[in-house]
Amino acid sequence: MYRQTEIIKDSSEVSPGGGDLEEGGGAEFVINVGPQHPATHGVLHLVITLNGETIKKVEPHLGFIHRSIEKMCESLTYRQFIYVTSRMDYLSSHINNHGCALCVEKGLQVEIPPRAQVIRVIMDELTRIASHELWWGAMAMDLGAFTPFFHAFRERETINDIMEETCGARLTMNYMVPGGVMADIHPNFQKRVKDFIILFKSKVDEYDELVTGNVIFRNRMKGVGFLSKEDAISYGCTGPTARGSTASCDIRKLYPYEVYDKVEFEEILETGCDSFARYMVRIRELRQSIKIIEQLIDNIPEGDFQAKTKAVLKLPKGEFYSRVETARGEFGVYIVSEGGATPYRIRFRSPGFSNLSALDHMIRGGKIGDLIAAMGTLDLVIPDIDR
Amino acid sequence: MFIVKYIKEVWGAVRSLLKGMRMTGYYFTHHKEIITQQYPDNKAILNLPERFKGEVVMPHNENNEHACTGCTACELACPNGTIKVITKFEIMPDGKKKKAIDKLVYHLELCTMCNLCIIACPTDAIKMAQTFEHSVFDRNQLTKILNNPGSKIREGVE
Repeated sequence: MYRQTEIIKDSSEVSPGGGDLEEGGGAEFVINVGPQHPATHGVLHLVITLNGETIKKVEPHLGFIHRSIEKMCESLTYRQFIYVTSRMDYLSSHINNHGCALCVEKGLQVEIPPRAQVIRVIMDELTRIASHELWWGAMAMDLGAFTPFFHAFRERETINDIMEETCGARLTMNYMVPGGVMADIHPNFQKRVKDFIILFKSKVDEYDELVTGNVIFRNRMKGVGFLSKEDAISYGCTGPTARGSTASCDIRKLYPYEVYDKVEFEEILETGCDSFARYMVRIRELRQSIKIIEQLIDNIPEGDFQAKTKAVLKLPKGEFYSRVETARGEFGVYIVSEGGATPYRIRFRSPGFSNLSALDHMIRGGKIGDLIAAMGTLDLVIPDIDR
Repeated sequence: MFIVKYIKEVWGAVRSLLKGMRMTGYYFTHHKEIITQQYPDNKAILNLPERFKGEVVMPHNENNEHACTGCTACELACPNGTIKVITKFEIMPDGKKKKAIDKLVYHLELCTMCNLCIIACPTDAIKMAQTFEHSVFDRNQLTKILNNPGSKIREGVE
């Protein structure tokens, strides 16, 4: 078993392997949660210091899936580096690509055709629904409920089919290019998305019935993993994690990009500040995403799907930053250009890392069973944290 | 009043569990709503969309002719070094030398199906195929030569 180098010691008496279970007994037990192996990608290794069942400290161990994506991007051109970002947060790969494309367009000063803007937003929202659904299934499975996972994947499969038809892939689509989207939407796209909306509206109610109202689920979620608004802001939490603590941080509202300022939707804020509030934010966001798609799907303007750009893209000398709202929070792209065809330096601000940093504060003093519940509501995607 | 609250809580808890069980019971009795397909058995109805990115292929016509001019646009567009174009000079009947491809080497093991080579190609010589069963026993079999042996460039493609 791995034993961390720095262990908090309350008293000199430390009995090996557990010992005194009473509160403040001074005995400590270090336990490793989560596997780590190069072949099992996307797993989180937590070193937990316990006193009995009470958590004294949670220390995430990162770096097992570090692929140096930021460094890799420096050797790729502005068209090529976008596909790599799908491998960071693979559940919202469309939105990651979107952020990168926006940053390059900002440097190039190109205007995106309105058709491409609307297609991009629809794709983003479909990705958000798919991501939240996977989270819903996986989180219920973390708590021991196996059925929701299948329910969630059944509807996610419909989105994957739509993506497959228009973008050509199910998970790492690489559909966004600087200046628009790679290809026009498939002729069946609008019809299939409308079918999906009708299907999905009834299924969200099913989700509520199956999990949200369940007494076991509610008791495990309410009052667990408390994160106040001040702490959420100071830890840099974004996305549903911060919005569950009433911290307003929706980039779509605060810094609207594409057509988000023309569509009607509300920023979901919950006042609970606990795991259940974070859960409710995501469930309510599903309905908001559907609302956005409903407004846009019949109003895709005619025109080009891609702005005309040069064969070799060269950004002017300077620094560029753009941000988008992924399913997990704020995703920022920072490009330093020296005027060449490849970026001088790229840095990504991923939401997962900041959200994970709040875990220790959130769960300290709680029980070990609640750790899994609180971690599930953070919606962590490990390749996003490590990059 | 404590007793009333207690009973209400218990009743609410039991009701929430029964609600969930009703959902389970519904799907237990409605077999037609189950959409799971067993993979190797469903091959006949497994139609992938035409845009699906499976692997890069070079279509040839019936005269064993392709449209690749050997411009290396795909090689430059590829982020991973998946494609390597090896060119040669062909002597035309009128004595002029013309650049043509000798081999277009495609490393499937490096490919991420990003589609950048396809949109970079000026003559639409390569396209994505809808195959997806790429498992082989030897890694060397993943390195493919896309142009057929003895193939030529199609007339009129510049």
